[in-house]
Amino acid sequence: MTLDSNIPAGPLGQKWTKHKMDSKLINPANKRKFNIIVVGSGLAGGAAAATLSELGYNVKCFCYQDSPRRAHSIAAQGGINAAKNYQNDGDSVYRLFYDTLKGGDFRSREANVHRLSEVSLNIIDQCVAQGVPFAREYGGLLDNRSFGGAQVKRTFYSRGQTGQQLLIGCYQALAKEISGGNVEMFPRTEMLDLVVVDGHSKGIIVRDLVTGEVTSHAADAVILATGGYGNVFYLSTNAMGCNVMAAYRAHKRGALFANPCYTQIHPTCIPVSGDYQSKLTLMSESLRNDGRIWVPKSKETAEKIRKGELKAKDVAEEDRDYYLERKYPAFGNLCPRDIASRSAKQVCDDGRGVAPSGKGVYLDFEQPISVQGQQAIAAKYGNLFQMYEKISGDNPYETPMQIYPAVHYTMGGLWVDYNLMSNIPGLHVLGEANFSDHGANRLGASALMQGLADGYFVIPTTIANYLATQTPGSVTTDHPEFKRCRDEVKDRVSTLLQIRGKRTVDSFHRELGLQIWDNCGMARTPETLNAALKRIPEIRDEFWANVNVTGTGKELNMELEKAGRVADFLEFGELLCHDALDRAESCGGHFRADHQFTEDDEEVKDGRTQPGEAKRHDDKFSYVAAWEHNGTGKAPILHKEDLVFENVAPSIRSYK
Amino acid sequence: MNALSCKLCSFWSSSIGKKTVVALTGIVLLLFLPGHLIGNLLFFLGPDSINAYGIFLHELGHGAVIWIARFTLLACLIAHVVATIQLVRQNKAARETQYACKATVTATRSSRLMIWSGLTILFFIIFHILHYTVRIAYDFDGPAFQTMLDGHQTLNIHQMMLVGFSNGPVTIFYIIAITCLCSHLSHGVSSVFQTLGLRTEKSASAITAFGNLYAFAIWAGFLSMPIAILFFGVGK
Amino acid sequence: MANLNLTLKVWRQARPGDAGSIETYDAKDIPEEASFLEMLDIVNERLIPAGGDPIHFDHDCREGICGACSLTINGVPHGPEGGITTCQLHMRKFKDGDTIWIEPFRAKAFPVIKDLVVDRSAFDRIIESGGYISVRTGSAPDAHAILVPKEAADASFEAAACIGCGACVAACKNASAMLFVSAKASHLNHLPQGQPEKHERVLAMVKTMDNEGFGNCTNQYECEAVCPKEISADNIAKLNRDYSAAKSHDAVV
Repeated sequence: MTLDSNIPAGPLGQKWTKHKMDSKLINPANKRKFNIIVVGSGLAGGAAAATLSELGYNVKCFCYQDSPRRAHSIAAQGGINAAKNYQNDGDSVYRLFYDTLKGGDFRSREANVHRLSEVSLNIIDQCVAQGVPFAREYGGLLDNRSFGGAQVKRTFYSRGQTGQQLLIGCYQALAKEISGGNVEMFPRTEMLDLVVVDGHSKGIIVRDLVTGEVTSHAADAVILATGGYGNVFYLSTNAMGCNVMAAYRAHKRGALFANPCYTQIHPTCIPVSGDYQSKLTLMSESLRNDGRIWVPKSKETAEKIRKGELKAKDVAEEDRDYYLERKYPAFGNLCPRDIASRSAKQVCDDGRGVAPSGKGVYLDFEQPISVQGQQAIAAKYGNLFQMYEKISGDNPYETPMQIYPAVHYTMGGLWVDYNLMSNIPGLHVLGEANFSDHGANRLGASALMQGLADGYFVIPTTIANYLATQTPGSVTTDHPEFKRCRDEVKDRVSTLLQIRGKRTVDSFHRELGLQIWDNCGMARTPETLNAALKRIPEIRDEFWANVNVTGTGKELNMELEKAGRVADFLEFGELLCHDALDRAESCGGHFRADHQFTEDDEEVKDGRTQPGEAKRHDDKFSYVAAWEHNGTGKAPILHKEDLVFENVAPSIRSYK
Repeated sequence: MNALSCKLCSFWSSSIGKKTVVALTGIVLLLFLPGHLIGNLLFFLGPDSINAYGIFLHELGHGAVIWIARFTLLACLIAHVVATIQLVRQNKAARETQYACKATVTATRSSRLMIWSGLTILFFIIFHILHYTVRIAYDFDGPAFQTMLDGHQTLNIHQMMLVGFSNGPVTIFYIIAITCLCSHLSHGVSSVFQTLGLRTEKSASAITAFGNLYAFAIWAGFLSMPIAILFFGVGK
Repeated sequence: MANLNLTLKVWRQARPGDAGSIETYDAKDIPEEASFLEMLDIVNERLIPAGGDPIHFDHDCREGICGACSLTINGVPHGPEGGITTCQLHMRKFKDGDTIWIEPFRAKAFPVIKDLVVDRSAFDRIIESGGYISVRTGSAPDAHAILVPKEAADASFEAAACIGCGACVAACKNASAMLFVSAKASHLNHLPQGQPEKHERVLAMVKTMDNEGFGNCTNQYECEAVCPKEISADNIAKLNRDYSAAKSHDAVV
């Protein structure tokens, strides 16, 4: 299989313009004849469904939530980047492109990232026109802040609820199209399979989560905008329902899965407090602007804190290790997410963690409060402090917060070309569900940008390149392939319901998550990965022999829903570990402990970086790893798309 | 129906429209209360004052004003009652299954008893009109209720009040009804501001205080007469 | 770190239209650090091996923003704390030995689907009837072409913070949706972008609200008191005002 990224020729800055010009058009009378399925109603899916409907296509949109307004894009807090340069501080489309490419540790496509950067301008215009209430200055102009260590202020925001506001804008656009009759919305409906007819993606099989009915839907093209797979770790900042099923079903039908090992761990989450824990809560990264991160210098002191014999306040200043300030004097507590996360893991592995579980570090506001006053801190972080107190019961004005890293975002996803089409013709993948724009690490405030770019501006243009080659309505649900897939889905559902074993679905999910977190989490080695690759199939076998899924398939049955998702995670987890094992380098969110800089490296000696930092091997791994499914329990087949850098020479990411 | 009456119908049939009707008619009824009260308080100045006031009202605008006022008040009352009863029926229908565990976070008791206080007031108004205006509930036609004022024979309102409020059951009903009115007003007055879109968070406490003060003033004013007559023998 | 022993009184209903009833469950040894929904997870984890049917409830993000969770706890939507959703409520707010009543958000317009799960699609239909600004993708002018006074932007944001959970309806003695509808109307009507469709929006949304079978607002402010995003009842006053203006405009112009 050869992977053609279909990147247009020509200078970087003109590729997208040229591609739009070269793209096929479908005349308005014909658009009405094309049916498009959109799975997912978050920023990418909702934006795509609304825009394609505006263009005149017939759209069916599916989501598992009870309303498209609840998609997990809603939880993004910080903001959305755009190269507007409204602050006149030197930002430009090229600079946003460069920062994103560098932030992604040079593991993404130049052309895609540049397009994202170009389109970022239109996104802000579109959202403002929709009525998204971005923060404003007194003169009525839009306000911006600097985010995630960026040197320019390019982030647009609505307090700490930017994702929510953007999603509501998108949801409203979708609502308008639903009322116009061009979009048919299917809430509480889950995609259980992709139907591929003669090599082309022509429909999906879904289950109505309320009635349990399994139905087929045919279309001329299918769009997946189903988010990331962070819940393979069980505990993550994702919503409980986030899952990999749609993407993984497509993968099993032939779609390549790219770079699954690129997972982002967010440094500032509330630590795990017990086995029953279902979810990790993110505390905004903005807290690191003032908060100081530390642990005790000695293990003994940490031990006493864990046992509750000693309080943070009782630890003398000289007995504290402000490890980020110590290791990264220039960036201090504001160093990038992956570095902050890994450092927290290191000190906790060292036995100096302060949470009762041993996995937590302090985020302390004592000094900023004494310097700036409690009022100033309350004005900046009042809401966050309140939220923390509600969850933990501790008052951050008096005792330091405890934080620990948690899985947050997944950069990997289904492989797509420049048109956002996967290797299965007709199957398009948008947003977090694809792999395309963030490389090995995503910068803060870029996820919202990518979702909306894909949905509002890219797919409405590029999907025509596929549709123009198709006769509308050529495949209907009468095709035998639909019946075959539907039967398979029904069989799978009834198999799950017939096992009636002894263990709950959640217990399997927790066990899998722990395996992945311990062995393929913040630091990975061939030993841990091989251990996971040995253990995951065992868990999977036990699942299919001993899971207890209660109830029937003919009603709202949340255990059944979870079982289907966990079953796919149990296969996907293996793929994740395979990719992490194959990529014998460290880059972005993928840290291989056996590939880090040491005192002996030239780059350390000449001061470009320091020991313990991630070590890339551009000569061997400057490629996209796109995996082909080869049967459950069998090693997947690797296909490589080489990354070509014509405009930016990859360099060492240094935050010293 | 012409276009405008169509619009009026749709206004009436909408939830906000109907509530606006309740608020606007409520204002009329609210404005009536102090006028009525001040007239009644003339009782304390002696028979001649209140009886002269009665004549004044009846002769204002050659007798037209009192009828205009009566019809306006009656129309407002009917609209107020019909609209609220319809709204309450819709409200009951909007929650078919009740909570097994009921709780109230902030709603005042008087706000939750509006329909009951309102209906009590309605029955009271009917009784009150039959009692003193139509005078069929009690025989005020005898010569004992006529008096001479400025050389003309006229109705002795002062005497009617004395007799009316000397009756225990009537007075107890009156006191209950006026207390219901007070409760009704304590929510109703501030509610008018909200329904007409004139309340804000900043002005809320002032509006609530005004409503409560208004309700209390009306309560105290109307109860002063029966209490003075029944318990202190004033005017006898 | 004490653990709690609780008695739960939970509404169980197998399917839409069924009678349903309150069932009693013992919830023993519940860590007080657990969230309310995690407490229910624990109860379910014990129910399943015992052959019971797990209690169904809506939830998703578990961080107070998606608006999926929807329990009426001891008669109060989202529980006793105020300013939070059920998923943000933690067990340390309860005492050992407490009896906790857990019921669905009750309203005729929110029919029960199963146990504590209700159908809130009426809210979607209200938005579909006019809760948007009509702007085609790609047709927007530059973002700075529209100046929005900070005060208007902030007021709009305060209203737009609504998560559409339906607690306002569940708490209202009349099951009125006025806080939800008014929040959406305020969000858009405060902005210059929202002016062209202001009258139509207000009329259409109120009409849909009425048709969906919600009750009428009687200005008791239960909605505001339980709203996890603390949306102000000022929005209701504004909607009342805007509605009368729209009706007058509609009748005369």
